[in-house]
Amino acid sequence: MLVTAFRIYRVSSIKYQASRLHILLRQMMTAFVVEVKDLVKKFDSFVAVDHIHFQVERGEIFGFLGPNGAGKSTTIRMLCGLLLPTSGKGKVAGFDIMMEPEKIKQAIGYMSQRFSLYDDLTVIENLHFFGGIYGLSGSLQKEKEKEVLEMIGLQELQDRITRTLDVGSKQRLALGCAILHEPSILFLDEPTSGVDPISRRSFWSLIQQMGEKGVTTFVTTHYMDEAEYCGRLALIYQGRVIALGTPSELKQETLSQGVLEVDCDPLMHALDLLQKERWVSESAVFGDGLHVIGKEGVDLEWEVKALFQKHEILLKRMGWIRASLEDVFVSLIEKEGKQ
Amino acid sequence: MNLSRTWAIAKKEFFHIYRDPRSLGLVILMPALLMLLFGYAVTLDVKKVSMAVLDRDRSQGSLNFIQRFSASPYFNLRYSVQSEKEIKRLIDQGEVKMGLVLPWDFSKTIKAEKIVPIQVLIDGADANTANIILGYAQAIARQYTQEKTILKVSRMGVTNLNLPVDVRPRVWFNEDLESKNYFVPGLVAVIISIIGVLLTGQVIVREWEKGTMELLISTPVRKGELMIGKLFPYFFLGLLDLSLAVLMGKWVFQVPLRGSIALLFALSCIYIFVALALGLTISIFARTQLLANQMAMVIGFLPTFLLSGFTFVIANMPIWLQIITYGVAPRYYVTILKDVFLKGVGFSFLWRETLVLIVIAAAGLAVAVKSFKKELR
Repeated sequence: MLVTAFRIYRVSSIKYQASRLHILLRQMMTAFVVEVKDLVKKFDSFVAVDHIHFQVERGEIFGFLGPNGAGKSTTIRMLCGLLLPTSGKGKVAGFDIMMEPEKIKQAIGYMSQRFSLYDDLTVIENLHFFGGIYGLSGSLQKEKEKEVLEMIGLQELQDRITRTLDVGSKQRLALGCAILHEPSILFLDEPTSGVDPISRRSFWSLIQQMGEKGVTTFVTTHYMDEAEYCGRLALIYQGRVIALGTPSELKQETLSQGVLEVDCDPLMHALDLLQKERWVSESAVFGDGLHVIGKEGVDLEWEVKALFQKHEILLKRMGWIRASLEDVFVSLIEKEGKQ
Repeated sequence: MNLSRTWAIAKKEFFHIYRDPRSLGLVILMPALLMLLFGYAVTLDVKKVSMAVLDRDRSQGSLNFIQRFSASPYFNLRYSVQSEKEIKRLIDQGEVKMGLVLPWDFSKTIKAEKIVPIQVLIDGADANTANIILGYAQAIARQYTQEKTILKVSRMGVTNLNLPVDVRPRVWFNEDLESKNYFVPGLVAVIISIIGVLLTGQVIVREWEKGTMELLISTPVRKGELMIGKLFPYFFLGLLDLSLAVLMGKWVFQVPLRGSIALLFALSCIYIFVALALGLTISIFARTQLLANQMAMVIGFLPTFLLSGFTFVIANMPIWLQIITYGVAPRYYVTILKDVFLKGVGFSFLWRETLVLIVIAAAGLAVAVKSFKKELR
């Protein structure tokens, strides 16, 4: 941290650097880069975010996982100073989200859910604009633009009008515009929605690169496979954080006994039967088989065999697999729904 | 206020304008079109009034009277008809604006030195024009009567008859009483109002609609920097249109520009700011680009057109409307334009108007900056 501070201090553009140094010093005084306590956001009578509570450490990739309308975007917008919370406390980069939203804005980079660069500007013009907005100028700005272009792999396309780019390139450019001023925290709101799997992977490798440089990333998603990339995850449902931990912790805690994968015929009949049984906490179709999760202390394999024999269902294959995040997520939400 | 941030915004706005052919077209074509329309097509001058004549007398005397109309540049004798019905039909169809009916005993009555009634029928649908036609017709009749009287008196032996009053009119500022001299200076105000309010009316609301505002307000840019940066390019468009309008006025329409060009541009700059501030405020309050457009037309364009003294003379308005015009910024600018163009007056005559415009511009900008919230809505 001190080395970074020194390196930054060395380069030109005194005013810009002074503001960066200010942010760095502020952060060194706090343990967490994002800290939220009892945060609430109401829109009229609708509670979008309901007393949430979490902390994010420096350099972490923190995932915010939840279905649409769970309150992910509302939370990220409050953290970025775009929405004023109804009540609660929060600090981002050492600045209070109620009192100092404008100071937060210099310290962070933000990518909104909807693509929001200027599509009638070229790639380089967009970068140049956001560089200027964050107070970069002169040779430092040129240097940063070159560096970022290289990193997001758009050097060849730098004079293309942004409108004509494919979705994956657009998203990388949006990320580029958000990291140009070397923010210490990145807020990415569903950055890969609508992006093909290969572009998604390259996007995530960029985020991981940023993480290695000590940049904290706060990312919302509803893609389960992406959630696996996160260091820690908060599952958010109906405005509340219902679970928090590393992906493996979450799997371990909620589905310690694992998931039974069952291949059988007829499939839908078997599913109907399983869903009526008391010892099944959950069952669902996955691919061409079933995933079954049993209640605590149940010999699941034995029960399934017995049930299938009784109803003359052909059991082709059965085996234990590790729970995926999707299993965890579905089971947590079901549990939440029952309460 | 950070200049590099402001400049970044201004540059971006330049790109938007430059890459949007529609707004560029609006900037260049609209002023030219308005100038041509008002310079050539729209005219308040009443000339060559088409008329029909029903001459029941058909004598030397009646012919002589009718000739005075047909020889005048203000009338155009298009029809000689046989019945009053025909005159009615021609007026109904809009073929003629005026009908003249001379009785069968026109010459006879004059010779008998009695008063002869002649009938003048005027299409009064356009009250202003009808009034002017009536004036022309009365003037011709009066002159005819005068000549007949002088003739009669001289026959009676009076050789040097002097009429007591001889009017020698001299019109100032618009010597030839041409409509274009009246319209063109005021038109500059209309053009700047349209361009300024309509274009800047889009700058904020467009970013909300496109979703780019969400990203913009997540940056440390300040409200003032955003506003000034956004107005900067449009200020130049305003100057461009001002130059275009002044050049066209002077070289295409030969409207006299008697005052100082520097003064004209200096005071116009202030009015450009008034228009831009109004557009910006509209853009902040409007939730859609469509609404912003409509608001720009109603709030920006109509008062300039109707209440500024551009087309309708403020002194002739009912008193309550006159009071309202004091709150309409273009009123002051139209006064400035007409005074500088036609009267050629200096700043010492215009400082009051200037002061009012400066106050309105500053207040408008303050309202815009105050009412913009760097928060999602």
